[in-house]
Amino acid sequence: MKVILSLGLIRGLLWQLLGTALGIGFFTLVRALLGLPSWEAEPAIVVGALFGALFFLLGVGVLNDWLKWAAGEPTEDHVDDSHLGWRRYFGPSLDHKVIGVQYLVLSLVLMSVGGLFALLFRTELAQVQMQFLSLDQYNTLMSLHGMVMIISILMGIAAFMNYLVPLLIGAHDMAFPRLNAFSFWIAVPSAIILLSSLALGGFDTGWTGYPPLSVRAPIGIQMFLLGVSLSGFSSILGGLNIIATIVRMRARSMTPFRMPIFVWSSLATSIISLTATQLIGLSFQMVMLQRLFGMSFFDATKGGNPILFQHLFWFYSHPAVYIFVLPGLGIISELLPVFVRKPLFGYRWIAMSSLGIALVGFLVWGHHMFTSGMAEYLRVPFMYSTLLVAVPTGIKFFSWLATAWQGKISFETPMLFILAGIVVFLLGGLSGPPHAVVSTNLHLHDSYFVVGHFHNAMYGGFVFPFFAAIFYWYPKITGKRLSETLGKIQFWLMAPSFVIMSLLMMRIGLLGMRRRIADYEPAFGFEPYHLIMTIMAFLTALGVVVFFINVIYTQLKGQPVTGNVWNSRSPEWQVPSPMPVHNYERELIVVGEPYDYGSPGSRYVKFVGEA
Amino acid sequence: MRHFIVVALLVIACTFLTHTAITSIDILPRKASAQAIPIDHLFEIQLWLISFLFSLVTVTLAYSLIVFRRRPGDVSEGVHVEGNTRLEILWTVAPLVTVIALAYLGARSLSEVQRADPNALQVEVLGGQWFWSFTYPEYGVTSDELYLPVSKQALLRMTSLDVIHSFWVPEFRVKQDLLPGKITELRVTPTETGEYTLLCAEMCGTSHAYMVAPVKVVSQEEFMAWIEEKISQAKLDPVQRGRKLANQYCTACHSIDGSQKVGPTWKGLFGSLVTLEDGTSVIADEVYLRNAIANPNLQIRKGYPGNVMPNFGNILTESQIEDLVAYIRSIE
Repeated sequence: MKVILSLGLIRGLLWQLLGTALGIGFFTLVRALLGLPSWEAEPAIVVGALFGALFFLLGVGVLNDWLKWAAGEPTEDHVDDSHLGWRRYFGPSLDHKVIGVQYLVLSLVLMSVGGLFALLFRTELAQVQMQFLSLDQYNTLMSLHGMVMIISILMGIAAFMNYLVPLLIGAHDMAFPRLNAFSFWIAVPSAIILLSSLALGGFDTGWTGYPPLSVRAPIGIQMFLLGVSLSGFSSILGGLNIIATIVRMRARSMTPFRMPIFVWSSLATSIISLTATQLIGLSFQMVMLQRLFGMSFFDATKGGNPILFQHLFWFYSHPAVYIFVLPGLGIISELLPVFVRKPLFGYRWIAMSSLGIALVGFLVWGHHMFTSGMAEYLRVPFMYSTLLVAVPTGIKFFSWLATAWQGKISFETPMLFILAGIVVFLLGGLSGPPHAVVSTNLHLHDSYFVVGHFHNAMYGGFVFPFFAAIFYWYPKITGKRLSETLGKIQFWLMAPSFVIMSLLMMRIGLLGMRRRIADYEPAFGFEPYHLIMTIMAFLTALGVVVFFINVIYTQLKGQPVTGNVWNSRSPEWQVPSPMPVHNYERELIVVGEPYDYGSPGSRYVKFVGEA
Repeated sequence: MRHFIVVALLVIACTFLTHTAITSIDILPRKASAQAIPIDHLFEIQLWLISFLFSLVTVTLAYSLIVFRRRPGDVSEGVHVEGNTRLEILWTVAPLVTVIALAYLGARSLSEVQRADPNALQVEVLGGQWFWSFTYPEYGVTSDELYLPVSKQALLRMTSLDVIHSFWVPEFRVKQDLLPGKITELRVTPTETGEYTLLCAEMCGTSHAYMVAPVKVVSQEEFMAWIEEKISQAKLDPVQRGRKLANQYCTACHSIDGSQKVGPTWKGLFGSLVTLEDGTSVIADEVYLRNAIANPNLQIRKGYPGNVMPNFGNILTESQIEDLVAYIRSIE
C-alpha cells in the first residue's frame, strides 16, 4: 500500500479527485455567498475540472522544484533516480528517456481506448439501422474516437522525439528537463478530463466541435473543450523544448546538415506545435466562454460569425496533420538507409522538405472550408497553396525510392512497417489533390472519401512508422528484442486489412456515403461494404493485440540484447543497451556523414578519447 | 540502364492497368446536373494522374524490393550514392508544374460550375434539426420534397434555423453549407429526370443521419402541374394539411406509432395526462398542444431534454399550427 501511494501517478489521481470536488465546492460556495442560486451544473463542473488538473500536477509533484525556486529553496540538478527502478516510470522523472517511455505508454493506452471506441461504432455500422447503440452514443463515441486518437498521436510523436532527439544529437538530456516532465504530466489529467465527457452526457459534434452545434451540445462538450485546451500545453511546451534542445545542445561538430534526419523532422514538427496549437485552444475556449457567459463570438443573431470558428480551428488543425505525420516520415527516412544499406538519397532535400511542408502547411487551412460559405474569392488561392504541399511531399517519396534503388534490402519487422508506411501514405497523398481542387472538393467534402484519405495519411504517416520505431528502438529502450515472428504476424494482420478498409471507405464516399452518420440509407447499397470494413477493422485491432502479447512475451521470455542490433551508424547504437541515465559517458564527436552506408571504414560519430 | 527501361515499361503498363481497373467499376454515382460535367471531367484527369503516380511509386519500390533484395549469405552493403542534384531539381520542378496546371484547370472548372443563369428558378431552402423545407417564392408554395424542373437552373438560396447543415445530392456533385443567420447560394441545373436523395452532409446533432429529403427532377409540365396541386392543397381539410406539415417538420423527432424518438410520441397524446419536468401534470388539450408547438420550452415534458425543439411559433403561421393540432388530435 505504501509503495502504491508513493507512486506519483496514484497520488496525482487521488489529488485530481480531491481537486475536482474542491473546485465544485468552492464555486458553489462563491455563488452562495454572492446570493445567487448556488447550484449551476455546467460552470461548477468546469471549475472543478480545472482545479482537478491543477491538483493532479501538485499531487504528482511535477511542480515541486518550481515551488521550491519560488520559495528560494535549493533544488538538485542532474538527479539520478535510477535506484527507484520501475517506480520512476510512475513519477515525475526528469530523465528524457523515462519521459519518452511515459509518453509511449500513454499513447498506447489512448490508442487502445480510441480504437475500442472505433470498434464499437464500426460494429454498429455493419448493418443498416441502429442495433445496439443509440444515436447519441454513436455520435459521442465517433467524436471521442477522433480526439482521443489525436491526443494519442501527439503523445506517440512526443514519445519518440523525447527519447531520440537528445540521443541522436549527443546531448545528456533535454534543454529544460522540468518543463519536459510538466509537458508530459499535464497531458494525463487532460486525457482524463476529455474521457470524463462520456459520463457527462457525451457530445455530438464530431471532433471538430463546430458552433452553433457545440454551443447547444450536452455538458460533456465542456470536458472535451477543456481537455483539449489543457493538453495543448503539452504540445506547445514540448515543441519549445525540442527546438531549444536541437538549437543549443548538439554535440560538437554536429552542423545542421549532419544531424540525423529525424532531428530535422522533429524540428519542423515542433515549430508547428509551438506556434499553431494556441489557435485550437483559442477557438475551443471561445466556445466555452460562449456557453458559460453567453458571449456571442459565433452567434450570427448577435453579430457573431460561425465561420470565424472554422478559420481559427483549421489554422491549427490542418498544420496539426503535419505535426502528426512529419515525425513518422522522419522515422521512415531514418530507418530506410539502415535496412537498404545505402546512404539516404538527397539528405538536404529531405531535410528541407520537412521545413517546406511545415511552412506551406500554415497557408492551406481554407481547403477545409470550400463549402462552408466563407468568402468565395478565397477558394482559388487556397487551392493553389494546398496543391503546393504535394511538391515537398513528392521530394520525400522520390528520395525514398532512390534510396531503395540498388540497395541490399532486408525485411525485418521495422522495415515491413516502413514499407507499409510508404505505400499507405502514398494512398493518402494521392487521394489528397481531389480534395484540394475546389470543384472536385464540392463532391468529396464531408464524405467518407475524406475519412479514407485521412486514415491513410494517419496510418501511413504515423501508425506504421510508429510501430516500426517501436520494433527498431525496443532493444535500445529495454535491452530486449521483440519477437520477429509475432511482429510479422502483427504486420500481416494490420497492413492488408487496413488498406482494404481504407479503399472501401473511399469507394463508398465517392458513391455518396456521408461521414459522421450513425446510420445510412439502405437504398444506397452500402451494407456489404460496411460489413467488410468492420471485419477489417477487427483484424487491424487483432494486430495491435498481437503487439501487446509480443511485449509481454518479450519481457518474460526475451533474451537480453545489448549490441548494435541493426548494424546502424547512429550514435545511440554505438554504446551498449539500455542507455545509462545520463546517456553518453564520453562526449560525442561527429566525424562523418550520418548515412554513409556502403562507404567502408567511414564512421558517423566517435567518442572523446576513442581512436 | 536495363533496370530503368524495365521499370519505365512496367510503370506505363501499370498506369493503364490501374486506370482500367478503376474505371471498370462505376466510381461515381450517375451524373445528373450540368455542374457535374466539368467536375467529372476533372475527376477523370485526376484519375490519370493518380494512376500514373501510384504506378510510378509502387512499381519502382516493388522492383527494388524484388531485384535488389539481400540474398541469403550476402553481407555486403548497397551502392554508395548520396544524391543527385539534377534529379532532385527535376522531381521538384515537375510536380510544381503539374500542380499549378491542376490548380489552373480547377479554377476554370469552378467558374463553369458557378456559371449563373439570370432566369434561374428560385428556391428557398431551409434546414433545421432535423428537417428540410423548400419554398418556391414565385408561386408561394412550400414543400418537404424538392421538386425541380429538368434542364432549368435552380438558384437555391439557403439558410438554417439552428446549427450548420449542408446540402448534398451526390448525383448533382455540388455541396453547400447552410448557415444560421446567413444566406448561402448554390446553383444546380438538373439534366436527368428521376428521383434522388438530398443528404445533410454536415454533422448537425443526434439525428444527423436521418436528415434526408426526397428530390424529384421532372419535366417542366409535370413541375407546373405539381405547383398547381400544391396550391390547391391549401384547400384540403386541416388534418391532411397537418399531416403534410408533420412529415416535414415533426416526425423526425416525434413518432405517431408509439416508438421512442428524440421527442414524445403523438400516439394517444391528445387528451392524455402528461407529466412535466417540474413534476406537475397537465391534460394535453388543444391549448397545451398549441403552446407545445409554438413555444415548446415553456412546458418541458419529464424525461425529455429541453431546448432541443425550436419555437415553431416563429416558423409556422397560426393556421398551420391549428392544422398540426388537428392532425395530432386525429391520431388515436
